[in-house]
Amino acid sequence: MSGRQRTEATDNAVIKVLATRLLTTLVTLAGVAVIVFFVIRVVPGNPIAMMLPPGATEEDIARLSALYGLDKPLVTQFGIWITGVLQGDFGTSITTRQPVLDLVLGRLPATLELAIMALVIAVALGGTAALIGTRFRGGKREGAIDIANGVALSVPDFLWGLVLILLFGVLWPVFHISGRVTPSLDLPFTTDFYLIESLIRLRLDLTADLVAHMFMPALALAIPLAAIIGQLLKQSLKETMNLDYVTLARTKGYGETQVILREALRNAALPTITLVGVQFSFLIGGTVIIERLFSYEGLGNMAIDAVINRDLPLIQGIVLLFALIFTMLNLIVDLLYAVLNPRLRHG
Amino acid sequence: MNLNRRSLLKISAATMAASSIGLPSFAQSIDELVIAYNVNLPSWDPTVGPSAVNPTIQGIYQSVFDQYILQQPDLSPAPGLLTEWGWNEDRTQVWMTVREGVTWHDGSPFTAEDVAWSLARVANPETGSPIQFVWGTLANHRVEGNRVIADVAQFDPTIFKWMYFLTGYVLPKAYYEKVGPEGFEAAPIGTGPYMVDRFERNAFVRLKANANYWGGKPDFETVTIKFVTDATARVAEVESGNSHVTLEMPYEEYDRLKSGALAGVSAPISDIGMIFLNDIEVMNDPNVRKAAAHAIDKQAIIDRLLSGYGVKIDTLQTPEYDAYDPSVTVPYDEAKAIELLAASGYSRDNPVRFKIQTTRGFKPKDFEMIQAIVGLWRRVGIEAEIEVYEIAKHFELRGADQLAPAAFYNWGNSVGDPTTSTGFAMFGPSPHSVWDGADLIGMIGPLWGEQDEAKRIEGWKAVDRYIAENALVIPLLQYVQPILHAPGVVVTPHASGALLPHLMKRA
Repeated sequence: MSGRQRTEATDNAVIKVLATRLLTTLVTLAGVAVIVFFVIRVVPGNPIAMMLPPGATEEDIARLSALYGLDKPLVTQFGIWITGVLQGDFGTSITTRQPVLDLVLGRLPATLELAIMALVIAVALGGTAALIGTRFRGGKREGAIDIANGVALSVPDFLWGLVLILLFGVLWPVFHISGRVTPSLDLPFTTDFYLIESLIRLRLDLTADLVAHMFMPALALAIPLAAIIGQLLKQSLKETMNLDYVTLARTKGYGETQVILREALRNAALPTITLVGVQFSFLIGGTVIIERLFSYEGLGNMAIDAVINRDLPLIQGIVLLFALIFTMLNLIVDLLYAVLNPRLRHG
Repeated sequence: MNLNRRSLLKISAATMAASSIGLPSFAQSIDELVIAYNVNLPSWDPTVGPSAVNPTIQGIYQSVFDQYILQQPDLSPAPGLLTEWGWNEDRTQVWMTVREGVTWHDGSPFTAEDVAWSLARVANPETGSPIQFVWGTLANHRVEGNRVIADVAQFDPTIFKWMYFLTGYVLPKAYYEKVGPEGFEAAPIGTGPYMVDRFERNAFVRLKANANYWGGKPDFETVTIKFVTDATARVAEVESGNSHVTLEMPYEEYDRLKSGALAGVSAPISDIGMIFLNDIEVMNDPNVRKAAAHAIDKQAIIDRLLSGYGVKIDTLQTPEYDAYDPSVTVPYDEAKAIELLAASGYSRDNPVRFKIQTTRGFKPKDFEMIQAIVGLWRRVGIEAEIEVYEIAKHFELRGADQLAPAAFYNWGNSVGDPTTSTGFAMFGPSPHSVWDGADLIGMIGPLWGEQDEAKRIEGWKAVDRYIAENALVIPLLQYVQPILHAPGVVVTPHASGALLPHLMKRA
């Protein structure tokens, strides 16, 4: 197959994946919209019951229900909501009285930055563990790494969060326990991507403050993922280390560490990259509890408040956005896989 | 790759040093007071929406906005933006005298127009006030000099108490009309002791002292209220020095920390724990109800589960409430409970069975308390099955009169009026009461509009006595609010449970 034919095959594979996944994404989002709308209205607890104090009459309940549009038949309510969504109007939050889309988009950057930082930490920790484990395979250090991986995996992220609060928030208070940024700092930002913007503006004082706030929640999110990455990458590396081309590299006189870094890592990393892409979706989901624990002003923290207050429009908006993120990330991973996988790449 | 122990330590130290650059330095003297608060603030309008009726948020609202009438830490009313108030002789009108010389945070003068407009706004059903059913009892609000007059559409003896209760806030007419609801959410102003400097939703609000506050400038120039909803994180906040004051933590943690470097203050607040009894199934048997009430050793539960932080109660009134009557008691008496059950044919071998619903983690040790009560009941011949529900489900079930025969709940009544405790909880026609007995309805009905205050309070005391004698509800305890703070701050607790920065002083 010529180089041009290979390029065309790759393009076709990518276009096919893209078309299929865009279609399924639309179907998925439509399904999520229907499910979330009706499920949150079926489960016990409604915003009017939460709002009215004792002493209110049936007329008061009816009055407020009408005010929030909850007196109409469910299908009519859904029709109104979905028509608005298609026009970019996700409704108004009952508790905050702000447009849902503004609220959700305002909080999304904080969650994305946290998830990205967690991912970077997870890749750094997991990758390092895998490299050390492979370099010293069969020895005590690999055993220690396996045990550490096991512990990291078996403890849920919120418990890691509590441990980190105790260690680095109380006993050795080097990081902030709550929030995203120190309230007394003046922020010159024009976007909600504080960390990225502080780096672009070279405001390293703000970067340091943001990192000091984000590090513990990000680390709590990263630890279980780091263990998964470490295990998978180490396994792939160990398999790769037995291949002929790696043996050939050794005979050329490369040291073991060089062989791992220069020869084996590139090929062994492919399944890990796929896994990282998929896990990133779950990482964003995991921010819900962690953001709450660390009072981090992200989407997850807002989601919990929305559920507690039965803020139906806000719950719908957040769930729909989460679904959109998940499907888009999966789409990107599929595309990357189509591009990177040699079998697809070579037709 | 040459990664040895020494280089690893160097990297770790460098990382820590870099990361800790942004940490605040809390010196011995407190320049900026930081409070770790237990709830988020969803909205700045204290009169509309779910936030307006959330008791835990009222402390933040009261820092920025003034209520019509000031409520003192012991729940008693005092002159606030209104200096005097009352009804006319035949109770067809209310009148209010408005304080002069007060300014809004933007410097504009506060006037009687603001009071009349605020009252008319929440009385209007289209505004969406959850308490419209109260404010709607006044109509035709008008200004006469520095007095506001309104017609009484329906007499409500508690109308002035609502002026220092939920949604009873004065908002700026001219400013609100100029900026609209969205503008007000973005930049709220009030006449309160603090002005909003910066607000990050789900994160914090930074307040600046109002130098022109009619009650005197607060002690702390700047106050940051962080929204730290997790109790463990709140405790860590004060333990690490990141925050100076916090509230609502496990009592064990409170005891541990206040005996160390931190100080603590704990006082009873107006919230109570109680068990609703629904007049269905076995609860229609008075012997079962009375046995269930007598079998609970409330003091032991307070001592063992709540580390002694609680006050035993036998009616829905706490000692601070207007209709509290210490002579009404329901003593712990296991033998009497066994005797009562035996009269209805029940025993330990043949127990009476019913379901009890409870929240878990909504209030301190709520589930554990119900577990203990079920254990005590088992000893006398009551076999209760526990069902855990969310607070939202409780509201819905209570509204539909579908609570289980017994259901744990907590009730807040920071104005201390019997109407807003016994009245709303026990009046059958109310959608929020699950006891529908005609005898009780007959007793409570005339009290709603009783104009003679002494007679009204005595009437409620009689209702409470009747409820206790017939065990129509099981009051358990009055909660105690734990507040931890740095030694450099003096905190004055408020019996409503509101944590108020302007009541905090430097030590």
